[in-house]
Amino acid sequence: MLKREVVTDYILECLSGLTAEKQRPVGLHSNLIEDLGLESIKIMDLLMMLEDQFDLSIPINILIDVSTPADLTDALMIYLEEHHGVV
Amino acid sequence: MGLYDGFSRLAQEREAFQDGGLNPFGTCIDEVHSATQGSIGNRRVILAGTNNYLGLTFDPQAIAAAQAALVEQGTGTTGSRMANGSYGGHVALEQELAAFFERPSAIVFSTGYVANLGIISALATPKAVVLLDADCHASIYDACALGGAQIIRFRHNDAADLERRMVRLGEQAKDALIIVEGIYSMLGDVAPLQDIVEIKRRLGGYLLVDEAHSFGVMGQTGRGLAQALGVEQDVDIILGTFSKSLAAIGGFAVGNDRGMEVLRYASRPYIFTASPSPSAIASVRSALQTIAQAPELRDKLWQNAHRLYNGLAALGYQVGPHASPVVPVMIGTKEQGMRFWRALIEHGVYVNLVLPPAAPAGITLVRCSVSAAHSEQEIDAMVEAFAALRDSDILESVA
Repeated sequence: MLKREVVTDYILECLSGLTAEKQRPVGLHSNLIEDLGLESIKIMDLLMMLEDQFDLSIPINILIDVSTPADLTDALMIYLEEHHGVV
Repeated sequence: MGLYDGFSRLAQEREAFQDGGLNPFGTCIDEVHSATQGSIGNRRVILAGTNNYLGLTFDPQAIAAAQAALVEQGTGTTGSRMANGSYGGHVALEQELAAFFERPSAIVFSTGYVANLGIISALATPKAVVLLDADCHASIYDACALGGAQIIRFRHNDAADLERRMVRLGEQAKDALIIVEGIYSMLGDVAPLQDIVEIKRRLGGYLLVDEAHSFGVMGQTGRGLAQALGVEQDVDIILGTFSKSLAAIGGFAVGNDRGMEVLRYASRPYIFTASPSPSAIASVRSALQTIAQAPELRDKLWQNAHRLYNGLAALGYQVGPHASPVVPVMIGTKEQGMRFWRALIEHGVYVNLVLPPAAPAGITLVRCSVSAAHSEQEIDAMVEAFAALRDSDILESVA
């Protein structure tokens, strides 16, 4: 069972690392590109980190409607529920 | 909302690179004098920002073949092969490519991008899983998106990471498509193909290798990385382009199973694209013969690659992981990269400026490409241009 809060916390932790150089505050509703200055490739790298942390296969296709950490959590939880039944 | 408002951030970034000087993303080579010399405005430059690895763009035989095709068959085919028919040259080239690779099936496409789009999108259906190297070319990502497959990335050139992700997939791994490149276009590094093949043998999957930058460059007869490493039998499909070593335009796929032929009827980018022009096909057929008959071109290319790589490394520049016809030089920030690129042109050398995300790992680099047609004097002149800029104020603030 994977809890939403655990996923959210890890996403924010990763983002703090990815944006450390730019020293931008990371919030649940920060826009990954506009506010945090992430390139699309960095967002895909973030997904790889999530796959490894939770030992799951998560296709990058889930990123299509993701703009914020909250969106990413939503997309991830929906995907996990549909494909892994772990939520 | 305006039609282009969604691009405002991109437009602002690009405007910052205009500032009255040459634009690295809109360079006009005003005159092309040879395979290695051109002019940008009034400045004569050594062309080291191409993919003309074997230097065949001015090959007399290829030009004569193209001219003859132009006269005999006209300027264009004006339609797709499916709807309007193939020309004899298309079919002949496919037979020659199949023979060159010693494979039963070859399909010609109108560009290298379309070759990737055509083959991969047809196979990467929504039910398919694609495992691709994170640094794969945009055409491969686009092809997977067009096909609708589930896309799983693995860390660049990390076979252990690929294996980890395949294990996670369980039974799905047996039918997954694994896609890598031969030589990667930005850093000039090569895929660990032997390790990947070993994983494929154990866990299953189908292996596609894009040899766009390694065809004509690597392998005993120029077939690419898979040939160089002796693993061709384990590669299901090799993808390639005519716009680099073959010095024209177009693309191809060669398969180890005649079953690949069915993709002609399932690949929208194949069905709905105009076929390559007769002159392009004729020059490619000529260049393919040259590649088969002139291995000394590859030797000269690698001599030049080592000469440039060693020369730049000796100056203290941070270059790629090993010598390759693609020699990247890491240059601090985007702004420094821009100034450095312009200064190189002032010193008579044209290369490519590559910014993230096109360049991996957030780095800015200038990408030098070596040709078999470069003379030793031209390679030395390139090194001298870099030497002149080594202690300039452009690089001062680089840590």
